[in-house]
Amino acid sequence: MSIFKKKENKTIIAVLSGKGGTGKTLVSVNLACVIPGAVYADCDVEEPNGHLFFKPINLKTKEIGILIPSINEEKCTGCTKCVEFCKFNALAYVGRVMVFEEICHYCGGCTIVCPEKAITEVNLNIGKVVIGDSEGTRIISGFLNVGSVSGVPIIKDIQKQIKEEEHTVIVDCPPGSACAVMESVQSSDYCILVAEPTIFGSHNLDMVYKLVTLFKKPCGVILNKCDGNENPSKEYCIRNNIEIIAEIPYDSELSDINGNGEIAARVSQKYKDIFMNIAEKIPKVK
Amino acid sequence: MKIAIPVDEKNENSRICVSYGRAPYYMIFDSDSAKVEFVQNTAADSAGGAGIKAAQLLVNHKVNILITERCGQNAADVLIAGNIKIYRATKALVMDNLKAFLQGELEELSDIHPGYHGHKN
Repeated sequence: MSIFKKKENKTIIAVLSGKGGTGKTLVSVNLACVIPGAVYADCDVEEPNGHLFFKPINLKTKEIGILIPSINEEKCTGCTKCVEFCKFNALAYVGRVMVFEEICHYCGGCTIVCPEKAITEVNLNIGKVVIGDSEGTRIISGFLNVGSVSGVPIIKDIQKQIKEEEHTVIVDCPPGSACAVMESVQSSDYCILVAEPTIFGSHNLDMVYKLVTLFKKPCGVILNKCDGNENPSKEYCIRNNIEIIAEIPYDSELSDINGNGEIAARVSQKYKDIFMNIAEKIPKVK
Repeated sequence: MKIAIPVDEKNENSRICVSYGRAPYYMIFDSDSAKVEFVQNTAADSAGGAGIKAAQLLVNHKVNILITERCGQNAADVLIAGNIKIYRATKALVMDNLKAFLQGELEELSDIHPGYHGHKN
């Protein structure tokens, strides 16, 4: 465990998977518990649920907003330069400029190209970042408002916070391999890919493995829900020479602990040992 | 009066295109001159907001009527602001839909879907 204790050994570990429900949060939460001084950061802002296990206290909340255009109709001459500029098609001109907030990528370009200076930017709240404490583990959670389209600005804010942290950070990533995941893994030193023992699981492992390879991140795989039967994800790892860090058994005890909102490494010595073994296997990559 | 219909191909025998915002062309029929023109849909390959951009195109062409199988909310907002009425297509071929409309057989499209946008991330 000693390798994680010192500040100069700060490691950012991203936990991700090609699909939801493989056990990203299970792995992230338990690893954050067994690594002394570790910080848990939940970047799965559409469905953050690490906080349900940690139940953090002493919460500090930061509201997150984006800047979207607001049109001064008295100044607007209808030249439509802003509409033509917007490559996301968030603006239309039909006698007046219409703004489609959920399409806007808040680039601010329309305010620059408007020759009449008729466009200003106004704040639109999209969610929050909450920081708290759970038995000495620092918990950072991002929450995207229901109905808001992109959580990337919230993840960017969490990433800023991660850079300021002095200890090892476990980053619980969103599922999939799209923008929100890329944003979450960029700062990481090492990636843990969590995979299920199914053909579907191995397909999604392939997608996310390609992603971390593209970002040149060292990685290893945790095979979750191993039931002793054939495991296409394990076969994928062997075929591609990817390190298997651990195989977590398909275990009703673990399922019960998780289902009750408890943290296995805190309530079960068996699982504390399993996750400490996993922590020891993560290479020191600084 | 100008009537626009999304089409798969640039000719009068074309089928109606099932996608309003990403149709490759619109057939625009001008009832005053009884002339047909085909307009390329510059919104077809947009990463997002195709319906909005396509609606802008129809507004710019001073279209009065759109005949389509379906239409998303954002596009409908622009079309309605531009005083374009939306009618539901009921036939497979573009010309059959136009005839049906001119004979008063088509109804206004009332069920605007919430759109398929939001997948850009």
